[in-house]
Amino acid sequence: MSAPELTENTRIAVFVTCLVDLMRPEIGFATLALLERAGCEVVVPPDQTCCGQPAFNAGDRASAHRLAERVLALLEPYDFVVIPSGSCAGMIKVHYVELFSDDPTLRRRMADLAPRVYELTDFLVKVMKVNEVPGRSQGTITYHDSCSGLRELGIQEQPRRLLKMIPGLKIEEMRDSRACCGFGGTFSLKYGEVSSAIADEKISQVQATGAQAVVLGDLGCMLHLEGRLRRLGDDKTQVLHIAQVLAGELEGS
Amino acid sequence: MQVQSMHFKARAGQKLADVRLQKNLKRLSQKFVTARAVAIQEIDFEATRSAAVERRDRAISRLDLYLELFEKNATATGASVLYAESAAEASELVVQIARRHEAKTVTKSKSMVSEEMALNEALRAAGVEPVETDLGEYILQINNNEAPSHIIAPVIHKDKEEISELFAKVHQKPPLSDISQLTREAREQLRPKFLRADMGVTGGNFVIAETGSVALVTNEGNEGMCTIMPKVHVVVTGIEKVLPTLEDFATIARLLTRSATGQSISNYISLLTGTRVEGEPDGPDHLYFVLVDGGRSSLLGSEFQEMLRCIRCGACMNHCPVYQKIGGHAYGWVYPGPMGSVLTPAYRGLENTLDLPQAATLCGECHVVCPVKIPLPDLLRKLRERQFERHLRPWTERIGLAVWSYVAARPPLYRLTTRIGSRVLRLMSNRRGLIRSLPLVKGWSATRDMPAPASGTFSQRYARWQSDRAATRSETN
Repeated sequence: MSAPELTENTRIAVFVTCLVDLMRPEIGFATLALLERAGCEVVVPPDQTCCGQPAFNAGDRASAHRLAERVLALLEPYDFVVIPSGSCAGMIKVHYVELFSDDPTLRRRMADLAPRVYELTDFLVKVMKVNEVPGRSQGTITYHDSCSGLRELGIQEQPRRLLKMIPGLKIEEMRDSRACCGFGGTFSLKYGEVSSAIADEKISQVQATGAQAVVLGDLGCMLHLEGRLRRLGDDKTQVLHIAQVLAGELEGS
Repeated sequence: MQVQSMHFKARAGQKLADVRLQKNLKRLSQKFVTARAVAIQEIDFEATRSAAVERRDRAISRLDLYLELFEKNATATGASVLYAESAAEASELVVQIARRHEAKTVTKSKSMVSEEMALNEALRAAGVEPVETDLGEYILQINNNEAPSHIIAPVIHKDKEEISELFAKVHQKPPLSDISQLTREAREQLRPKFLRADMGVTGGNFVIAETGSVALVTNEGNEGMCTIMPKVHVVVTGIEKVLPTLEDFATIARLLTRSATGQSISNYISLLTGTRVEGEPDGPDHLYFVLVDGGRSSLLGSEFQEMLRCIRCGACMNHCPVYQKIGGHAYGWVYPGPMGSVLTPAYRGLENTLDLPQAATLCGECHVVCPVKIPLPDLLRKLRERQFERHLRPWTERIGLAVWSYVAARPPLYRLTTRIGSRVLRLMSNRRGLIRSLPLVKGWSATRDMPAPASGTFSQRYARWQSDRAATRSETN
């Protein structure tokens, strides 16, 4: 299915996600900067909080349902919804449909919204069809495929294609880039030791590439890997969100 | 086998600290994961998977019908088909068969269902000597009846050196360093037992309804010694393992060995049908099938029914980031890894297995590699829902979720909370922008720092950004 054309009347909503809101606002602004290049109206709908994924994955279906209903109402007036996170995008695009399975009205509304919900890099490639990005860097990076984006939304080629548009940026692929980093939401708190042991595998693959930064598309994995790298005494390897790199925030350029 | 899954957390910690185990587990991903990736290229994997799902679903949706058909056809070939509601009952049936035929020694080919049944213990209690003849299972048996840590590579947690030491100690022989020599030594030990066994017990990868046969997929040839030499052959397997036709088996077999060990085909695939008849050179005089329910029927018609499609290849555990780190023993029962984390709660009670549905990152790789497309992450999530409904999770978690969802449903309160949270976290951070200790979430900070938040939440900064922009616009106008 070909994506609809963007015009100046197109309204794009950005769901920034709760972790960007709390921890890394600059990723939200990098996302806005990338999307505004389309020449459409880009807004961050007010009153957004969380997509409900923590409750959904914890088995608290009622809470997840309540939040999902809010998010649906918040986002459905827009032509597109873009999310700088594979896991939140997967939650809304894939799991809301299942969450609303017992309510025909909500399910219909969600079925209408779902095709218009995109993860950021997917949107940039498939809908905006960008050929260039503002980011500039001479550095070397490696890309980690975060699980939900990769396996629920098929985000794999898109971020790489975009990164290749940065002149001079070198992408050094790590081994097993598709392997989980060990974050897993509340798994990282409940089984912290196992979670960090899995991170160590990822970290050794990252370090083996000699890249100055590991770039990825999900905040949870970012905080997890950065926190583990620093605890291990690696203060050098940067952990960056792809929006930051594409918008031009990679140091050492 | 007693369920030990309640000790998951403590055991996982021990396994992480076990340097030798960590090294041995690495081989698993190197060996099986790589081999599978190559082997699935040989066929149209996706089309075969879809066909296998369809064939397994057909069998399971009319399980009663195909079990009856199997029973009819197996009986016609001279076999007896027995059903056991529980694993314990199945064990009792096998003991009765051993008594009836006055068996003293029973050779066993690998069977995970017999682990569910704790069959070896039951046989020993009845004065019958069970002898594991699969090399891996044999190693575990002579090591104080240690439990398998993987469903197809039961001894994957051990290295050659450990096995060499064990053989030297148990066999009272000089230690060997070469794998083929070790195998030869095990063979020498097993040969007299094969010769004197009165009864052989095997699992059944599948039973075939249209022919009344059992299909056995193995690599070592020991299965033939267990099924051809003794007068009595007992097959123990789960009731869900029935396939309507040999065609079904042909489809599944293409996926099974490729997904399991990355082999195009295993060294042996046996289709055994009926007892020995006049003029046949070999085969058992008595053939029994013990078909075990043991919790399987409770999945029928439930939201977990898809789990019954499982063909026990082990791909989900081979590819699981958690299994790769802690191995199979931490899971605490017969089936480890993602498939075990669904099966163990179903067979042994959710209240006894509180960690299992939680001990997964939900990365989804198990679903991607499953040859019969079992949506394991979804099933684990559904189990978490059952845990939440039944108040089986700690009250702290429940309160945490309740508070969080209350706040998240009230944007003004949420904004206030995140502003305070952002500020508090920044106050807690050091000069390098890292929080070293989070008193309320030690699970995080025991092994990781928390990068401090940037100054100001997005919603604060966005409000400022918007008003700045509006101001700039009105100036330019």
